[in-house]
Amino acid sequence: MVDSDCFDGTISPGEFRTAASALAERWKKSASSGLPPWSWASPPRQHSWLLDQVDGYVAMEKLRFCRSSKVDDNTCCNAMEEPGCADDDDEPVVDDATLVESGDQEMHHYYDLHIVYSSSYRVPVLYFRVYGSDGQPLSLAEFERDLPVGSADEFLKSKWTFITQEEHPFLNRPWYKLHPCGTSEWLRLLFCSDASVLTREAAVELYLVSWFSFVGQVFGLGVTSDMMKNRKQL
Amino acid sequence: MDAQQLVWKGAIPLQIHLHESEVTTLPPPPPLLVLAPRIGYLPLLVPQIRPHFSSALPPGVDTVWFEYKSLPLKWYIPTGVLFDLLCAEPERPWNLTVHFRGYPGNILIPCEGEDCVKWSFINSLKEAAYIINGNCKNVMNMSQPDQLELWRSVSNGDLEAYRQVSSKLKLGMIEDEYSINTNSITLKSQARSAETDVAGQVRTVRIPVRLYVWTINEDFEDLEDAPQIDSWDKISYLNRPFEILKEDNKCFTLSEAIKTLLPELFSPRNPGMEEERSKVVTENESTAPSEDTGVRTEDQGGRASASLDSQSLANLAEIKFVRIQGIEPRLDIPFSWVANNLMFPEYFIHVCVCVRVAQENSQ
Repeated sequence: MVDSDCFDGTISPGEFRTAASALAERWKKSASSGLPPWSWASPPRQHSWLLDQVDGYVAMEKLRFCRSSKVDDNTCCNAMEEPGCADDDDEPVVDDATLVESGDQEMHHYYDLHIVYSSSYRVPVLYFRVYGSDGQPLSLAEFERDLPVGSADEFLKSKWTFITQEEHPFLNRPWYKLHPCGTSEWLRLLFCSDASVLTREAAVELYLVSWFSFVGQVFGLGVTSDMMKNRKQL
Repeated sequence: MDAQQLVWKGAIPLQIHLHESEVTTLPPPPPLLVLAPRIGYLPLLVPQIRPHFSSALPPGVDTVWFEYKSLPLKWYIPTGVLFDLLCAEPERPWNLTVHFRGYPGNILIPCEGEDCVKWSFINSLKEAAYIINGNCKNVMNMSQPDQLELWRSVSNGDLEAYRQVSSKLKLGMIEDEYSINTNSITLKSQARSAETDVAGQVRTVRIPVRLYVWTINEDFEDLEDAPQIDSWDKISYLNRPFEILKEDNKCFTLSEAIKTLLPELFSPRNPGMEEERSKVVTENESTAPSEDTGVRTEDQGGRASASLDSQSLANLAEIKFVRIQGIEPRLDIPFSWVANNLMFPEYFIHVCVCVRVAQENSQ
C-alpha cells in the first residue's frame, strides 16, 4: 500500500493528465465499452494563451440514457407543464400530440460528463449536463428519474452540498457539479488500504479509474474489475 | 479605521433601471438609487428593489437578474468585483438594468433567492478552508446557529459580528508582512518540522485567490477608451491558489504573486516551461525552489510599475491594471498585506487583472 505520508489522496495537475490517459486507455479496452470514450479536451480558443499548460479536462459526451416508455410518458408530460422549460424563444412549440406519438428516439436523454481538475482541492471534479434529443438542456427535475434511487434521494437530502449548478470552469456556462470536498480523504483511505498499490506512480495510474468507480455510481455507471488491475497484472 | 473596516464599508452607488420590455405603466418607473456593499451580492438587493418596480411589471413570476450594457451579471461574483472588472473607467452611479422576467438560464446559474447566495458563499468558504487547511472540517462542523450568524453578518455588513463568529473557523491570517504563514499552518509546520526533514519535503503555504483575467489585443491610453466587455468569454476566470514553498520567511510582492499565478504570461517561454509550472504548483515532488519559478526575491525591492517586468514576454504581454477591492495597489507591496487586508469574507482574494497581449502572440 502507498505510504500515507507520501500520498494524501490529492494529485498535481501533471498527474491528473497522466491519470486521465490511463482512464481513457483502460475505459477503451474494457468490455463495458458500449459507452462513449473518455477523451482529453482543451479549453476553447478564447483562452488560447492558456493552451501551453496542462489545463484541460476529460470528457465523455453524448452518453445516452434509455428508459422505459412508461416513465418517458410521465416525464414528457411533466416537462410540458412546466413553463419556461424551453429557454430559446426561437424554438418551435412542440404540441403534446407529437410527443406522445413519437417513437423511442425522442425519449432519450443525453449526458455529457466532464472531469475537471480543481486547483483548490487538488482532486478531480465531475461536471455534467443533460439534454434531450432536441438539444434542449434538462433540469434536475426532468432527469432525476434517470438516476439510481440512491442518487435521487441524495439530491433531495443535501441539495446544496452534494450537487449544485455551477459554472463550468472552461466553458463559462452553468453545469451541474458534484461537490469534491471529501474526495481526497476517501481516495487516500482507498489507496492506503490497497495492498497491491505500492508506489505513487501506481496510485496515479489507477487514480481516475478508482475515482470514477465511485463517482460513476451516481449515474449508475460502473467500472469493471479488469480496469482496476495494476499495470503488472494487465 | 483599519483596512478591513474600510473594505467592509466600501459601497458602490447603483442607479437601477427596469428593462423597457418589462415596463407596463406610463410613465415608466423612475430609476432607483441604491448603495450596494462591495462585499455583497446583487440578489441581496432585491428586497430593496422589488417594491419600487413591482407595480410596473407584467403578470408573471419574478426571476430577478441584472445586466450592464447587455451583459448579464453573474450574481455569485461579489458586487465590488463586478464593478472593478466591468467598469474600466469607474462610472458613478453605476447604471444597471434589472429584469424580473426571462431569466437567461443558458448563461447564468439559477438564483432562486437568498438561500442560493448563502450556499454559494458557504461553498466558497469551504473551498477556501480546504486550500488553507487541507480540509473543510471547520466549516462543515460549524453549528447551524453559527453558520446563520456568519451569513447574517456578511449580508448585513456587520464586521464585529463577523470577526467573532469567523474566528471559530480558525482560518487565521497571515502573521506579518514578511512571512506568508497562516496561524494554523505555522503551528502545523512547527510540529511537523522533524518529519518534514526526514521526508525531504518542503511544506507549501496556500492562499485562496480568484483571478479574473481580461485579455485585450489593442492598447489604450485612457481607461475611458478601454473596450467594453460584452461577453463573459472575454474573461478568463482562474481559480488558482497562490502556493509558495515555506522554507523561510521570504517576502513576496503583489507583482511576484501575479507572475507566479500566471506563468503562461510571465514565465520564460521555453520547452522546460511546463516543468517549471508544475514545480510551482506541486508540493510533493518539490525539492528546492528554482530561481526560475517566478517566485524570486532578488528583485523584491524593485519598483514594479504598471507593466510587470516579465522578461521574455515583455513584448507580448503587458499588465494594464490590477484591481483589488476597488483599488489599484502598487505592485511592490507585500502580498501578505493584500491577503490579510483585502480578502473577502469567504477568505478569497478576488483579483481583477487586465492584460494586453499583442497579436503577434500567435506567431
